[in-house]
Amino acid sequence: MSSETALATGRRARGFAPFLRSQMRNIAPFLTLIFLTAFFAFASPSFATLDNLGNILTQVSVTGIIAVGLTFVILCAEIDLSIASIANVTGIAVAYFTLQESYVNIANVPLPGVVAIILSILLCALLGLVNALGLTVIGIPSFIMTLAMMQIAAGISALLVRGQIAYKVPSLITTLGSGSIGGIPWIVIVAALMLLGGHLVLTYTRFGRYVYMVGGNREAAEYSGLNVKLILGAVMVISAVCSGIGGMLGVAHFGSAQQNEFDTYLLDSIAAVVVGGTSLFGGRGGIGNTIVGLFVLGVLNNGLDHVNIDSFLKILIRGLILLAALVINVYAQRLREKAAE
Amino acid sequence: MPEGQQPILELQGITKSFGGVEALRGVDFALYSGEIHGLVGENGAGKSTLMKIIAGVHTEFSGHFLVDGQERHFHSARDAHAAGIAMVHQELSVAPDLTVAENVFLGNQPINRFGLVQWRRMAREAGEQLARFGIDVDPMARLGDLPIGLQQLIEIARVLFSGARIVILDEPTSALSPPEVERLFATLKRLRQGGAAIVFISHFIEDILRVSDTVTVFRNGRKVAETASAATSKGALIEAMIGRGGEALEHSYTDDLMLPRPSDSSVILKVDQLSLARSLREVSFEARAGEVLGIYGFMGCGQQELSRILFGKLKPDGGTLAVEGTPKSFASTAAARRAGVALVPESRRDMLFHQEPVYKNISISILDRISSLLLKPARERDIAKRQVEQLQIRPPVVGLDLGMLSGGNQQKVALAKWLTYPPKLLVLCEPTRGMDVGAKNDVINIVRNLRARGLAIIVLSTEPETVLSLADRILVLKRGALVREFKNEPVSKDRLLEAA
Repeated sequence: MSSETALATGRRARGFAPFLRSQMRNIAPFLTLIFLTAFFAFASPSFATLDNLGNILTQVSVTGIIAVGLTFVILCAEIDLSIASIANVTGIAVAYFTLQESYVNIANVPLPGVVAIILSILLCALLGLVNALGLTVIGIPSFIMTLAMMQIAAGISALLVRGQIAYKVPSLITTLGSGSIGGIPWIVIVAALMLLGGHLVLTYTRFGRYVYMVGGNREAAEYSGLNVKLILGAVMVISAVCSGIGGMLGVAHFGSAQQNEFDTYLLDSIAAVVVGGTSLFGGRGGIGNTIVGLFVLGVLNNGLDHVNIDSFLKILIRGLILLAALVINVYAQRLREKAAE
Repeated sequence: MPEGQQPILELQGITKSFGGVEALRGVDFALYSGEIHGLVGENGAGKSTLMKIIAGVHTEFSGHFLVDGQERHFHSARDAHAAGIAMVHQELSVAPDLTVAENVFLGNQPINRFGLVQWRRMAREAGEQLARFGIDVDPMARLGDLPIGLQQLIEIARVLFSGARIVILDEPTSALSPPEVERLFATLKRLRQGGAAIVFISHFIEDILRVSDTVTVFRNGRKVAETASAATSKGALIEAMIGRGGEALEHSYTDDLMLPRPSDSSVILKVDQLSLARSLREVSFEARAGEVLGIYGFMGCGQQELSRILFGKLKPDGGTLAVEGTPKSFASTAAARRAGVALVPESRRDMLFHQEPVYKNISISILDRISSLLLKPARERDIAKRQVEQLQIRPPVVGLDLGMLSGGNQQKVALAKWLTYPPKLLVLCEPTRGMDVGAKNDVINIVRNLRARGLAIIVLSTEPETVLSLADRILVLKRGALVREFKNEPVSKDRLLEAA
């Protein structure tokens, strides 16, 4: 710990203001969260209740599960636009492999629940692998590669359900997606565990360190003899698998599997990661930031329902908040660079 | 030098300093029309600074600046351009995504009265201009698709045909093949007949002697000699460039240094017939355990590419390399590292994580040796502390962000990351560039220690001093080919320069 103190003294030597500036990325989202919470608590008596906290947690769970993987991707200074589509296709796949009621007009392939789940996870992992290969072997920028994957996954979804809606998923998925234990919804527990797992991997494993280093300076990572392509490929697969899990639980949570069910989750997940303060330039941030970002988004979405506001205006307000967060993100990067000089 | 004629450009007593360091001290310089004027001097001698003053890049200086006998003061490169002065900089500055014709007419494309570009006219005129230069390319081809040497010729052609009366060429031949150099020289001579004045800066003294009428030598910001090219020799120019005795710093390597008898220890690296597009031509050599092999050459001689191939960052077009007798074809830098090769590139920015603490910078290359799945931060810090102590990195705080360290200390960190588990082969590019004397000595000692531990070390540098202070055996790389090996014989700075 002695070097920890040395680090602190090193920073103190530069004064408190530069330290604050270098921490801007973490402080700003937290202040935003406190401000929003205080505002809605003041504006609506029904907002600051234990019940409503439960609502908020449940509402952000699917986004949270998807955002775990996306955090890895953004930390590497890449992007994954296929998360929502992959979530959708995985949710549809797990329903496709489950026996549906007779009135559901889908030519599906009923399999035992465990097999259905495993096949669905394999499917999203495979789509992630295609993203990974396109990015690392062929060299397509992730923005374009995952844009293509967004269409591909949507196409598979469309072919599987053909405009119909499926309702049944394996019982394990039903429980995790819509059941609860001791009053706590399983989906919140799964989201919390995945966020915790993501945090542990990023903070305490060698792979997590590599993710930060590749995001911090890719050239330097390569000159340090790291297998940069392997790491980039791995985060794309992780992102796809997290999306797939979010998709399966989401389908159970909503009670149906259909086309375009997850469209809003792309923007929400990116917003959660970036609003939380993880740098779009890579190397800075983490799951802690993503959790703060999720709460900012959750409080905002939920709070706007509690105050009497034009529901069409809500969309605009969300957009403005996202813009503000992006501005802070870019400025925080610049302030930090200045503090480092 | 034409006597009695008025110089087209005359500089008197030019002094220029950067942050208190004088880059030029009282330099007089005159240029006549119909003259090719060669400039030689070591890196940092002041040639480029003087030329940037002439081209309007540096606008703050003291002294007199006369064009056609009139005192002038340029405020920008645009002013210089208007006065008929153009410069081709050392680094290629073309627009690779535009066509050849667009590049030739960059900034003054012919337009019709509606303000639209006259493509056909532009293509025709560009083709004619380039043909006069002996360049036969499709004017509508994308410039970036052409070989680098051709791109450079086209850039030079653009400047030469821009109508400038004074043309400055900074190292124009380093990326050119011998026939391209011939074409350039023929064109320069034709322009001279047309009355243009040309300044030609080059490390290749043979080129200067062949093409120029007059040659001026710079050393430490002073003009130390100006003679007719016909009346001097390569040896005399090198002597003037590096200066014997008198002005020399503590160790200038002007006297002969005896290289030791070549080591007969085991061969760590064997490179055979390595080739890379226009950068390397059939390079073959060996590096042995406990030996420091120096590779010297001018900027652009292929050193950088060679080092990247050894570390798996670039793939060669031909040839093989073997580590301890096993042929290797590195798919990635990770593969090279696993095979026991380490590289410290010339740019610290490429090698280090400025926003991360020192200890993470040191441990990154060896994480897989000290931890399997989980990190061991305490172990990392211990290892980093030991390196920081051994290399005397200041301040000795491993938790400090790397960006807070001085340049010399950052360079030591770049070395430190390879030293806990030493590689078999360590490749160092410009290991002492930009360091003060103390830090240089530290690096020299570190390298000697590693040699004693049996590593094979390759030092690549464009500074003769760096190679001479470290190497046991020296190879000279010239335009991508090995041209000379110094071993078990006396060597000095002028012998190296002579060979290059």
